[in-house]
Amino acid sequence: MSLIFVILPLLAALSILFNYNPQKVARGTAAVTLFFALGSVFCWDASVWGLSFEMLSKPSIHLALDFYDGMSVVMVILTALVLFAATWSGKCPEQNQRLWYSSILLIGAGAFGAFLATDIFFFYAFHELALIPTFLMIGNLGTGQRKEAAWKITIYLAFGSIILLGGLIALVVASGSENWLFSELFKADIPAESQKWIALLLILGFGILVSLFPFHTWAAPAYSCAPAPVAMLHAGVLKKFGLYGLFRLYPMVPEGMQAWVGWIIVLLLGNILWVGFVTINQRRLDSMLGNSSVMHMGYIFLAFAALVSSGGLEANPLAQPAAIVLMFAHGVTIALLFMLTDIIRRKTGTVELSELGGLAKAAPNLAFLFGLAGMASIGLPGLANFAGEVMVFLAGFHGFDGQNFSAIQIATILALWGVVISAVYMLRAFRKTFQGPAVENTSSEKVKDLGKFCQIPAAILAISLLVVGLYPKSLLSLINKDTSAPKAAQSEN
Amino acid sequence: MQAYLLEIIIVISAIALLLTEAFITPKRKYRIAILAILPLTIVFVLNVFAVAPSEYNKEMTQFYAWDNIARFFKGFTLLATILTLIFTLDYRRTLSKFTTRPGTEEGTGEYYSLILFACAGMMWMASAKDLVSLFVSLELTTITTYILVAYMRRNVGSLEAGVKYLILGALSTGFLVYGIAWVYGATGTTDLALIQEKITDQNQNYLLFGVALILISIAFKVGAVPMHLWIPDVYQGAPTPTTAFLSVASKASGFAIAIRVLQPFMESGNQVLSSKFTTIIAVLAGATLLVGNLAALRQSNFKRLLAYSSIANAGFLLLPLAAWNSDSALASQHAIAFYLGVYLLMTFAAFFVLAIIYRNTGSDEISAFEGLGRRHPTLAFMTTIIMGALAGLPLTGGFWGKFFAFESAIRGGLWVPVIIGFIGAAAGFYYYFQIIRAMYWRESLSTRQIRIRPISYWTVKGLTIAIVLLGFFPKPMEWLIGEKPTSAEKAPQKNQDQPVAVNTAN
Repeated sequence: MSLIFVILPLLAALSILFNYNPQKVARGTAAVTLFFALGSVFCWDASVWGLSFEMLSKPSIHLALDFYDGMSVVMVILTALVLFAATWSGKCPEQNQRLWYSSILLIGAGAFGAFLATDIFFFYAFHELALIPTFLMIGNLGTGQRKEAAWKITIYLAFGSIILLGGLIALVVASGSENWLFSELFKADIPAESQKWIALLLILGFGILVSLFPFHTWAAPAYSCAPAPVAMLHAGVLKKFGLYGLFRLYPMVPEGMQAWVGWIIVLLLGNILWVGFVTINQRRLDSMLGNSSVMHMGYIFLAFAALVSSGGLEANPLAQPAAIVLMFAHGVTIALLFMLTDIIRRKTGTVELSELGGLAKAAPNLAFLFGLAGMASIGLPGLANFAGEVMVFLAGFHGFDGQNFSAIQIATILALWGVVISAVYMLRAFRKTFQGPAVENTSSEKVKDLGKFCQIPAAILAISLLVVGLYPKSLLSLINKDTSAPKAAQSEN
Repeated sequence: MQAYLLEIIIVISAIALLLTEAFITPKRKYRIAILAILPLTIVFVLNVFAVAPSEYNKEMTQFYAWDNIARFFKGFTLLATILTLIFTLDYRRTLSKFTTRPGTEEGTGEYYSLILFACAGMMWMASAKDLVSLFVSLELTTITTYILVAYMRRNVGSLEAGVKYLILGALSTGFLVYGIAWVYGATGTTDLALIQEKITDQNQNYLLFGVALILISIAFKVGAVPMHLWIPDVYQGAPTPTTAFLSVASKASGFAIAIRVLQPFMESGNQVLSSKFTTIIAVLAGATLLVGNLAALRQSNFKRLLAYSSIANAGFLLLPLAAWNSDSALASQHAIAFYLGVYLLMTFAAFFVLAIIYRNTGSDEISAFEGLGRRHPTLAFMTTIIMGALAGLPLTGGFWGKFFAFESAIRGGLWVPVIIGFIGAAAGFYYYFQIIRAMYWRESLSTRQIRIRPISYWTVKGLTIAIVLLGFFPKPMEWLIGEKPTSAEKAPQKNQDQPVAVNTAN
């Protein structure tokens, strides 16, 4: 059953190539997948969703898709939400409708596949499938310095993927498992020495994909040049694949990760503080958002570091749920922000902060939504990011005895300053864009407010931010199921 | 039908075609190619049904091995030869420009039958189980390819390539004979199966030296590092069908004999020899990967780029050879065979594209691809897939080849060459994607329509579809490679193990 999520967008992309109306097909498909994703919340543990089909007998590789645990469910919902917003908002150039919509659908299919795969090979391959249209879209339909940006993201992510592939193969080889299924691999006991090197490959590979400092330089230019749906999907969903992967594979190499936790902490502080200061200096709305998305990855890495340094899922039960809530929150927020930024670009023709101003008068709805998303991104209580960030900070201090500060607690304290940094750049951007007098010689005063078709997806994203923010248990109840589900499966065996 | 008849059919039809050539008018020499495809196709089918030579036929069984690997490599060579001939059909106008009388096809007829001779030699190499038959078949191939390289005799580039190839080829033959002599001197036999039994602690050093010399000659054949210098110049100068033939069929047969020669030493149980050979080949692999990939970065000529890419691919192919294992989930032979199978599709597709571009623009620089996305979107799209596959993008056939190569190397614990391989694969993304970048992101100066001959068009289309299909569903290739006899014997053992494990668990 879970093949629906992958096959629907794929078929839709194919039918677009055969000259069906691209816009209608894409929007319809996105709506249907959103429906299924929300529906799956209620029945994801049912065995009907599982699927396993052997593609290759030696080494044994299966096309296996399933909701492995609550983390998969949350990520699938996130993907469906952002995919819906990406297809319903945004205006594509007239002649390139087919490329535009089929690429968006392919990215969606790849993301669904990556989050649903329970075979480590397809886990990797679906993510790659999503990257290729990303590169093409940035290179062909982007704005600004699109060619250099596309070139850069291609080289970086290709390199990251190759390292990751090496890590995954090493993981499978070291586990001695006959096949590549998660369920088999989790049973394996990998010796500590090989764990160490596998963990290094995984951290490097996933780290490059998530724009871990100092491998983050591809992200901001790529997002600011990318067409809005691609920026939404990549920053909102695809980039989370790296963190999802780290959390997913962590139980296989816990001791190996432990060896590198010091480095992870240093690098994530680079993400939060260094990139945070870089973000303050941005003069364009889109590159500011691109950098801020890099910066916020630091918090999720902080949750990962907290998990690793405390030594296991049982020792720190807060870390993984915290990361998942924050991933969801950040994915929705950044997607909404990129979407609104693109609308601003379309309406005023610029995203230079110095040329914007006073938009709130002409477009109050736009200003309200942007403000909401901006507040969420800072971490205002009542919005989803707050729940996530608070949980991350609590996870950092989990098991703290009140006297001896260890590296992770110091990192958490330093990371708290990131909230201040993000308040500085986000509030300033909001003020410069929406308040104050309109800059002369621009069209800010004549801008029309949000159209109907943009209001629906924006409202859905905003509502999901509010729902998770006011009632985080909506997500947490899904996630907390996961600790019991795999165990139940194991005991059956 | 006994397997060795396959080669005999090919040789006889090659001689027959050589004789027929005299009676065909100079304008219609291409008919030889069409006639040559016929026996190749028949043998390709017969190859499936062939059986091992009977035991009473001592003369044959002593020299001729028949197993799944031999069958796969014979089929591979036949397919590569058929594709080369199809390629030549569209290339014959360029070929005839530089032969006896430019404008007519006079003097091009022998080209087609020479390819058949080379094919027969390569097919025999796949079955050579004796160093003598290995040498003879290798020479049959090499001497024909000297002529094929220098065939455009009024073209300086082709002649230069021919001379270079001849000199280095002769040198590598010298190494081969010298190495065979050492092995014979140490063991008193040239039969590879008997050599395995005669390895002792006393003669292992002589054997090491002898086989190392043979490996140098194999390195020449596959284009591995110390002997790779001929590749760029020869590939660039030779007629493009010859280049494609060299880079696919010749490389594959090099690996076929590498597997045959190394097997007795790697599986003899002599730890000293097998670990030393692993080190030697791992060093070769690492150096080849480094040189091939890094040199490819700077190329601006597509044909030269393909030459370096062929060196780089030889490096990837050496990885499973170095990490020799014959009994794990994926044996080295299978990894190599799989890689070569996909490599055939990708490389021929790339060369067909090169020829199409050359005919339309008169240039084989990368800049000739500029604006192709606008001028011929279908061809540009197919080229994108082919380049993606060469770079090893997942969900194309090319990915699986690299994947298996890396997998068996990591299983063998060869970390240094694997890391170099990763760097090489990442560099591969850069230089293969240069083509894609040129096609879509640069404007071309000319807007003249690209014209493609139907044969080339459909062949490229077929190859591209095969690449994509294999990417999604690689199992057909697995069926082609077939079960290795050893793993078939092992399968029941595993089944015996499993119930035991279940019993203890209960």
